[in-house]
Amino acid sequence: MPTAETFAEKPNTLAELRSDLESGRTKAADLAATYYERIAALNPRLNVYLSLARERALQQASRIDALAAKGDPLPPLAGVPVGIKDVLVMRGAPATAGSKILEGYHPPYDCTAVARLEQAGAVLLGKINCDEFAMGSSNENSAYGPVRNPVDPERVPGGSSGGSAAAVAANMAVATLGSDTGGSIRQPASFCGVVGVLPTWGRVSRYGLIAFASSLDRIGPFAANVRDAATMLGVMAGHDALDATSSEQPVPDYAAESDKPAAGLRIGVPTEYFAEGLDPEVRVQIEKGIDALRAAGCTIHPISLPHTKYAVPVYYLIATAEASANLARFDGVRYGHRSHASDTLSAMYRNSREEGFGAEVKRRILLGTYALSAGYYDAYYGKAQQVRRILAEEFLRAFADVDAIVTPVSPVPSWKLGEKTGDPLSMYLADIYTVTASLAGICGISVPCGTTSAGLPVGMQILASHFQEGTAFRVARAVEAVGI
Amino acid sequence: MPARVTVEEVERVAELANLELAPDEKPRMVSDLNAILDYVAELNQIDTSGVAPLAQVTELAGGAGDLRADRVRPSLDRAAVLSQAPETDGAFFKVPKVIER
Repeated sequence: MPTAETFAEKPNTLAELRSDLESGRTKAADLAATYYERIAALNPRLNVYLSLARERALQQASRIDALAAKGDPLPPLAGVPVGIKDVLVMRGAPATAGSKILEGYHPPYDCTAVARLEQAGAVLLGKINCDEFAMGSSNENSAYGPVRNPVDPERVPGGSSGGSAAAVAANMAVATLGSDTGGSIRQPASFCGVVGVLPTWGRVSRYGLIAFASSLDRIGPFAANVRDAATMLGVMAGHDALDATSSEQPVPDYAAESDKPAAGLRIGVPTEYFAEGLDPEVRVQIEKGIDALRAAGCTIHPISLPHTKYAVPVYYLIATAEASANLARFDGVRYGHRSHASDTLSAMYRNSREEGFGAEVKRRILLGTYALSAGYYDAYYGKAQQVRRILAEEFLRAFADVDAIVTPVSPVPSWKLGEKTGDPLSMYLADIYTVTASLAGICGISVPCGTTSAGLPVGMQILASHFQEGTAFRVARAVEAVGI
Repeated sequence: MPARVTVEEVERVAELANLELAPDEKPRMVSDLNAILDYVAELNQIDTSGVAPLAQVTELAGGAGDLRADRVRPSLDRAAVLSQAPETDGAFFKVPKVIER
């Protein structure tokens, strides 16, 4: 059985790993084997990995070792053991999205973000557990059982990319990919004490991401430190002909950006994110983070984002409406589960979906279908889209005066398994600080900001305007450097 | 808003969404949807007259790139795709009969 000590081991940084491989001190194949041993030891308890891609990983590791043996320069992620959230497809590997409805599906293509990691030398260890179709804030909605938080296995790792955060925290991968629709990277990063990045909408191609809510969905990295997360993002970012919503904006060297001092940056602190409902211990930690930024030479500016409290209702109307359309494709015709007890097409659709989807997915499809249905469209979906504009423009006005905005990621630290499963609305309300950036399309980072007295990690959210990831990384480095 | 959703309405929406709810799932869905819809009703506090809906953020983030040319390009291999289907005849997906006689 793993102990708390085994979780505390810190993985190497990507830079160290690369120089170890170049000097021959480390072999990529040995490193991959070590990570598979570690996964075998920890997975029965933490339930992080759903499937392993051993053959593909070991082939890639041998390729990297051959390059190193020749003395060739190694690519930026050479030999890095990486885990992939199971909403991102890998050719020939099972893709479940945490759902029974995709059981047995082995997609015949690679997600662009995943393929770019591999082209940069990463070793893809396997597919990682998550909430079903990325719908959830605790990872308890996976059809394959919950992931447990390595910091305290009686607690949730957050969601929906809970497995991706837990993998980095437990050193079952050096870095991982997740997806974030309303906080699904940032919140689990904060619950597990690792770094998670929400890139600007359009920064990373979504080709090969199993869609939840397309106007919100983004792919982003988890890592043990800010610079490694910046390196991961730099490899994945940039236009992709296979995703028309991916941006043509040039990709800066994010790792180099993160090396720049934060001194002189103007930091906004929005009152609305420190109001009623914020756990006092979380507040204390975030205030320490703000003090660290002041000490690093940033200027701190109180600001107001008055429509913040409307973001959760707007988010849950828009996300569920889009989900009801996106999830219509799971019908038992082309892939995944088909109900064989059905003798007509329409019965086959209904029965396959009834048998395949879990309760939260059905709840969201029903809510979204209702919000889009005749007679309710204007009152719910239309209204939500109007308030979405108000929220987004409020951020843009704020970014005229400040370079970054800092807030807590979550009003509370990780909760116990089962604590919120009986009340979906209470789970939704915990997303209050993350859904705003999702709706506005801006970028953000969750960076560790100490722990509560019970030892539960707290994350600071650093938000920056569209395509200003470099600024967010600089601020995150300054918080990280203090070691709160 | 706010609307009180009934069991009949949940059944109608489930029909629209091609979902079949088990009888014991329905009361829970009715109460969950009502709780959520009561909560989202607070959006009515905001005056949105004259505000254009925002469907996605490209326009705020500096605009999208040019649209790609509409050309036929190679796609996934048919056999690879069909290999994942529950039932095929080698060229098409097979499904149960569409019309009941």
